[in-house]
Amino acid sequence: MSHILEVRHVTKKFGGLIANSDISFNVNENEILSVIGPNGAGKSTLFKMISSFLPTTTGEVLFKGERISNLKPHVVARKGVVRTFQETTIFKSMTVRESIIVAQHLRARASLAGYFWGTRTAHEDVDSFGQYADDLIEFLGMTEIGNEQASNLPQGNLRALGIAIGLATDPKVLLLDEPFAGMNHDETMKMVNLVRKVRDDRGVTVLLVEHDMPAVMNISDRIVVLNFGEMIAEGVPAEIQNNERVIEAYLGSADDEIGI
Amino acid sequence: MFLLAIFIAVPSFIAAAGRSDLYYTLTAVALLSIASAGVWLTFYIGRINIGQGAFALIGAYVSAILVTKVGMSFWLSLPLSGLFAAGVAIVIGVPILRLRGVYFAMISLVLTQVVTLTALALPVTNGAKGITSIPLPGGVSILGLTLIPDFATLENPRLAFYYAACVLMVLTFGAMYRLVNSRLGHLCRSMQQNEELASSIGVNISYIRVIVFAISSFLGGIGGAMFGSIAQSVYPSSFQVADSVNFMLNCFLGGLGYVFGPMLGTLVLYFGWDLLFELGRFQLLAYSSLLIILMLFLPNGLLSLRLPGKKGADK
Repeated sequence: MSHILEVRHVTKKFGGLIANSDISFNVNENEILSVIGPNGAGKSTLFKMISSFLPTTTGEVLFKGERISNLKPHVVARKGVVRTFQETTIFKSMTVRESIIVAQHLRARASLAGYFWGTRTAHEDVDSFGQYADDLIEFLGMTEIGNEQASNLPQGNLRALGIAIGLATDPKVLLLDEPFAGMNHDETMKMVNLVRKVRDDRGVTVLLVEHDMPAVMNISDRIVVLNFGEMIAEGVPAEIQNNERVIEAYLGSADDEIGI
Repeated sequence: MFLLAIFIAVPSFIAAAGRSDLYYTLTAVALLSIASAGVWLTFYIGRINIGQGAFALIGAYVSAILVTKVGMSFWLSLPLSGLFAAGVAIVIGVPILRLRGVYFAMISLVLTQVVTLTALALPVTNGAKGITSIPLPGGVSILGLTLIPDFATLENPRLAFYYAACVLMVLTFGAMYRLVNSRLGHLCRSMQQNEELASSIGVNISYIRVIVFAISSFLGGIGGAMFGSIAQSVYPSSFQVADSVNFMLNCFLGGLGYVFGPMLGTLVLYFGWDLLFELGRFQLLAYSSLLIILMLFLPNGLLSLRLPGKKGADK
């Protein structure tokens, strides 16, 4: 198995605060890898560094052997590593379909001027964008809400829309930011299935950051656990579930409870 | 319809009413709406632009200098002044377009003042005396075929300016309409709504911001240059901070969601001000109150009054 993404000795300091300290792990092609940890463990910071929304202090992130850390976000997206956001980050006054069409920016073959003058390539692009949007909407089971304005959608659909926008860029690696947060069991199961489907049918590698333990155990091929900015465990779900340091991080150690 | 109205109906009405002074007013509206269209475009990427007066002034000066000092034809200096304004916009825009919201607005507000002061200080702009007696635009002919007659030989240069300004305005808004409905327009909308998300789908937001700002300033420059040519003079006070604010108000009033908003906004604002002239010293008070009321009750601009289903660019 080849490593599509390599996180190498990544450290992030905000002034005196160490948010991430020497994190290293690899993501294999076509797997679903989750980064978990209690609040304040540095998950989000790591996530932003992988997508270049934040620069690293030291260390680097490689995509297919090429450095993608400390670049601009749109450059990383162009290479094929695309992140999603939590539900508030959407194009509010666009419909689902329009959002997906805009998100196919990277697939455009005509230049911006070409679109202005309406060249043949531009027309072909526009047709293929619409076609692709319809396909994607069907793939994600969003046919009924295709022409709804994003700001009118309920929370669960917004997450799916976020993933749709990410997918429309045709990514190799999709980074999902807490896709299950605030969802009930049913919604979570739906989302788990959706993420699986994305991986299986589209051949997209998925790296997600998440709180929801049962969902993570269910969906992940492998798990990386952070606590206080340090990586404390890495392994398949069964290993993580029985890892003492992980249990300690989440529940507090037995000593603490007796001690004071 | 619209074209017929402005090119045939309006001139014949004016001829019938004998109010040829209206030509000047309508020409001004056409030109100011071009500059306002530029401001509208920067709104489209989510930036409040109160600096269009700066680019209009730059355009007016560049054209005036090229015509008087270099002896260039006005029609050639017109696009050049637009390009010069766009060039300045690129240089200034790269650092300041990073700012958002009120911070960008403040910096852009200062721009007008900076350009005014620069015009006062530089020798080439002739300081406070400005550049006066700019010749009227000359003719353009290709292979003996007269495309544009020499304005100085015309018996009614006002009408000629009116036509020229209207042609420019129609071209501008036609181009704006295409632009907004093309890919660049979609990308602008995505940036207006969420820059982070836009960059996550691979949009080079800083590049597009600069491009849009340059187009905006190009329009400002063209509008200003034409204005200078009609007035046959340019002073540092030709475009002031108040003008910059008006360009922005035109967009607000017409409607930020509609490409043709700035055109209507300019027309209403310009005539509204004149109509209230009767009120004497209460003019400004009445005018401001009306504007506030309009914005309270029609936050999406006058064009939002239109019937649903005819929503133009805001589809």
